[in-house]
Amino acid sequence: METIKLKGGSPVFDKIFKIGCAIAATYVLAIIVLIVVQLTTNSYDVWAQEGISFLTGSDWNAVEGSESYGAAPYIAGTFVTAGIAMLIGVPLSIGIAMFLSELAPKFMRSILSFIVELLAAIPSIIYGLWGLFVFRNYILNWIETPLNNTLGGSVWLFSGTPFGLDIFTASIVLAIMIIPTIAAISREIMIAVPQSQREAAYMLGATKWETFKMAVIPYSKSGLIGAAILGLGRAVGETMAITLLIGNATGASAFPSSLFSPGQTLSSIIANEFPEASNGSLQMAALIGCGLILFAIAISINIVAQILVSKVLKTHQGAVLA
Amino acid sequence: MITPEQRAEYRKHFRNNFTSRLITDRIVVGIVFACVILAIVPLGSILLEIVRNGAPALSIELLTAPPGAVGSDDPGGIGPAIQGTLMLIGMSSLIGVPVGVLGGIFLSEYGNNKYGQMIRFFNDVLAEFPTIVIGLFAFAVIVLTLGYFSIVAGMFALSIIMLPVITRTTEESLKLVPVTYREAGYALGIKRSVVIFKILVTSAKSGLITGIMLSIARVAGETAPLIFTILGNDDFFSGFDQPMDALPLRIYRLANLPYDSATAQAWGGALILILIILTLNVGVRYLFLRKRGGGGRFRITTGR
Repeated sequence: METIKLKGGSPVFDKIFKIGCAIAATYVLAIIVLIVVQLTTNSYDVWAQEGISFLTGSDWNAVEGSESYGAAPYIAGTFVTAGIAMLIGVPLSIGIAMFLSELAPKFMRSILSFIVELLAAIPSIIYGLWGLFVFRNYILNWIETPLNNTLGGSVWLFSGTPFGLDIFTASIVLAIMIIPTIAAISREIMIAVPQSQREAAYMLGATKWETFKMAVIPYSKSGLIGAAILGLGRAVGETMAITLLIGNATGASAFPSSLFSPGQTLSSIIANEFPEASNGSLQMAALIGCGLILFAIAISINIVAQILVSKVLKTHQGAVLA
Repeated sequence: MITPEQRAEYRKHFRNNFTSRLITDRIVVGIVFACVILAIVPLGSILLEIVRNGAPALSIELLTAPPGAVGSDDPGGIGPAIQGTLMLIGMSSLIGVPVGVLGGIFLSEYGNNKYGQMIRFFNDVLAEFPTIVIGLFAFAVIVLTLGYFSIVAGMFALSIIMLPVITRTTEESLKLVPVTYREAGYALGIKRSVVIFKILVTSAKSGLITGIMLSIARVAGETAPLIFTILGNDDFFSGFDQPMDALPLRIYRLANLPYDSATAQAWGGALILILIILTLNVGVRYLFLRKRGGGGRFRITTGR
């Protein structure tokens, strides 16, 4: 009988098993602590030499003897690309989430959710490849060149010579990449809004949009902000697509001066320069220092996002736990 | 939430302005629909271009041969990269799956306290972490210590990326097992560890497999951490102390080369990669998700 087979196990093994599980769970915590320790010790040289100017300076010179490193342009590039991606991505995602949770007929809901999740499953490198060989041409010919011809002289945002590999292209691909994340989480948060809230609004005679505005949005506001911040976290750490598309400027010229100028982000400078940096060199320390800055930015963003999202979804266990 | 004052206000508002309100509603619905279309267009374009450009590049040579000399007439294949990706998946699962499942068991069975909450929180933070940072970490810990780039370092990095996904999906699917199952086990005098292994894990099997497959789909597409760990190589696997190649890394290299033959190979590699990832994702959805709703938030997970 099954029960007899199951009757094994000693109290000692029980204890050992529990401790084993606890160790496995603590592994995650240990990794995070170790990341901080390792990145700090391995980038110590650059902090010792540059001090605070590693954060504020814009020199990037790897020539031996006159080495000088400043990460300010890349920090700026990271925030500018992520910011533009958010400007485009967040409204679109909220729209998609609204459609999926409020408007779409049942059969469309599952198909569209599936498509959005498929979009999320495509790896970064493939977005990069597509951006580099396909999307770039459309952006260049249909958007950048016309904008530059008509407004390039008067509006600094559109100045420079459009080449297709610049902050604008990188930001748009980034927006496409974060849409599934934000849309899917926003959808779950909107579904978590009690149906009675909507019914109350409908009872008053509200239209669908009004119901959404007065019943769904106020109820799910902090969760939606959390979802957006989670998207920001992804955008900030995004590497491969950006590396292929942003044009890879270094030094002071990497400061985002217009939408159509090449730039650089913290993650792309690491990916680009790593193969050229030799072990133990100051350049390597500078790159790991960039990693440390990225770590600090990402962990702050993620902690805020997790707190916001989990607060909303706490009552909604099972389907999505954030 | 609607307060009584607001309700009176709304009611007054709703008595008037019928036409303008209806028009606004229509406009919003139109905009929302446009959002959906805008999100689908890039997906369609990506899949279309990958098939259009990738399918002609497919050949036995592409799948099995090592890369030829850069820019030469004979571009060779991406065999080592495919081998590398498969090996990396297998090796990182060796660490990621047991640790992740045990961690998930801890969160679900023993984690109903402050410590469990903290672990859960940081687990979710780690899940959303920039993988390039994890790559740098693996570089600092493994590559700098051992003194060489190797598949071991890649395995270490990818297993860290797998972990949070497996932990959380395990926890969620174990929590879906009814409490009565546990109680029935205890009533028979079965020890807790045995109940967990023989009753809970077996009942939640499909959820566990879902999490594992999703995490594999995620690490299969990871590129950024591999730059710092396995470095890339033109040869097939030749030892645990040698650099190794992987599909996403090879695609990245090929995309940066200025030759048409390289670009064609990159598309071919992308087609193979996306087939692996979509098979895992769609397979999981078809087999398990419908029934159990497992996977949770990590249905939304991708290689970076």
